[in-house]
Amino acid sequence: MRATVLPRIGLAAYLVVLMLPIYWLVNLSLRSNEDIMSGLSLWPHHPSLGRYFFIFNDPTWVHAFGVSLTYVAINTVISVTVALPAAYAFNRYHFVGDKHLFFWLLTNLMAPTAVYAMPFFNLYYALGLFDTVWAVALAHCLFNVPVAVWILEGFVSGVPREIDETAAIDGYSFPRFFVRIFLPLIANGVGVTAFFCFMFSWVEQLLATTLTATTALPFAAVMTRSYSAAGMDWSLLAAAGVLTMIPGAVVIWFVRRHIAKGFALGRV
Amino acid sequence: MDKPLNNRAWLLVAPVLVIVMFSALLPMMTVVNYSVQDLMGVNNFFWNGDSWFRDLLNPGTEIGARFADALARNLAFSFTALLIEVPLGIAVALCLPRQGWTVGAALVLMALPMLIPWNVVGTMWQIFSRADIGLFGAALTGLGLHYNVTQDAVSAWCTIVVIDVWHWTPLVVLLSYAGLRAIPDAFYQAARIDGASRWAIFVNIELPKLQKVLVIAILLRFMQTFMIYTEPFVVTGGGPGSATTFLSIDLVKIALGQVDVGSAASMSLVYNLITITLCWVFFTIMTQIDRRKGA
Repeated sequence: MRATVLPRIGLAAYLVVLMLPIYWLVNLSLRSNEDIMSGLSLWPHHPSLGRYFFIFNDPTWVHAFGVSLTYVAINTVISVTVALPAAYAFNRYHFVGDKHLFFWLLTNLMAPTAVYAMPFFNLYYALGLFDTVWAVALAHCLFNVPVAVWILEGFVSGVPREIDETAAIDGYSFPRFFVRIFLPLIANGVGVTAFFCFMFSWVEQLLATTLTATTALPFAAVMTRSYSAAGMDWSLLAAAGVLTMIPGAVVIWFVRRHIAKGFALGRV
Repeated sequence: MDKPLNNRAWLLVAPVLVIVMFSALLPMMTVVNYSVQDLMGVNNFFWNGDSWFRDLLNPGTEIGARFADALARNLAFSFTALLIEVPLGIAVALCLPRQGWTVGAALVLMALPMLIPWNVVGTMWQIFSRADIGLFGAALTGLGLHYNVTQDAVSAWCTIVVIDVWHWTPLVVLLSYAGLRAIPDAFYQAARIDGASRWAIFVNIELPKLQKVLVIAILLRFMQTFMIYTEPFVVTGGGPGSATTFLSIDLVKIALGQVDVGSAASMSLVYNLITITLCWVFFTIMTQIDRRKGA
């Protein structure tokens, strides 16, 4: 009996500690600033959604939320699309320089984004893409394309090679085989990869703020900017913070069954 | 395991190549450019050879000492974080039941911190660790500890470690859990027949099977902690003094704060080279494990 109870308690304790900072943010977001400054309280005594409505009614915030979702979506589509054939090639064929190329891709994943902040600024400024969603979407390809190739390669390796051969014998051309037969087989992998691209693009802020100024400013950057401007509106800050968690929570729900495998890069 | 040789596979890789060339190689060449030139007035560059690098790698110079300090600080931080996160992550993964609705719920909850934008994580902890309105800060102060993130170096350092542990231990949990799930039941049955203790099962069955995912976990975690920027930037701003000025923070300070382009560029390259070298070591270990398993 003891052997099963103890792990449960450990798990529950861990989850409670994990959720505390998030709960605290939710708690503050439901209280007014005067209430917050008047002292600690473990739960909101007069909960109000006022700060949330304030954000929903302010075009700057709403626009920024749309901007964030847009560049994340563009980036996810680009990353997954270019990574799919590459992952297949890396898994199924030997070609001149394949190992070096794969490693080179991974080194981009390991490149500190701070290194790229300044050159990216110059590059996108010169291209006239500065302060657009495209700049951020393309910049995030730096790490999302390698991530996508890496994860997808793991999932491709799980599909038996006999399927490729059978399709070839049946007279499928490569593009037709890839889209009609192969893609449905790794649909889970594509979903998980898209999730990861979403996640890394959504959470990254250094490049996103460096490459934007006003029109394409991401939501989380509006948040940091707002508290330096208007003093400390803790309640508003907390409400905005809570809102940034919602897209992630929604997306994760769709991949919950495959998430563990995805984090193991499709390799378990 | 024999893959056919087919150089036309390059065609499939070409889109990735183009996009990575554009978003990685091109900017990197700008950095290389800056690192060997100096600026006279506005946009008047001249060849400066390797002197930026020589200054950077010589701890006797100001910038060299600064770089060496930030590197040491960052390595200490990375190892502290790994030392806590890996054992804790494995322990939590072992506590997760093998099936049932609790697993799904627990996994979704655990992934939540990883889906919060990094500066929001910073803001969240900035609030959480304040003595007046934050639960964490208030609790520690209530216990009689001298806790002040913006004034006290030890507090600041510990807070950054706590944030990282909070933020990223779930990654280790998820990876370990995926590894544990891949162990066939037969292994456990055999162990039960042999009367193996819980500890013996962990050491002889679970840990060896976790090897591969743990290498991935350590690789990812090391790289992320080595590149940490946003959270300390928001919570401590690299201070007090330079107590939490890690490599990325220092780099941005030099590049965008002081606009010392040459130093920043040479630092970028050395910094990148260090991460790539360490990455290569991990990558080699990983492929070695793969090969041994294949054999």
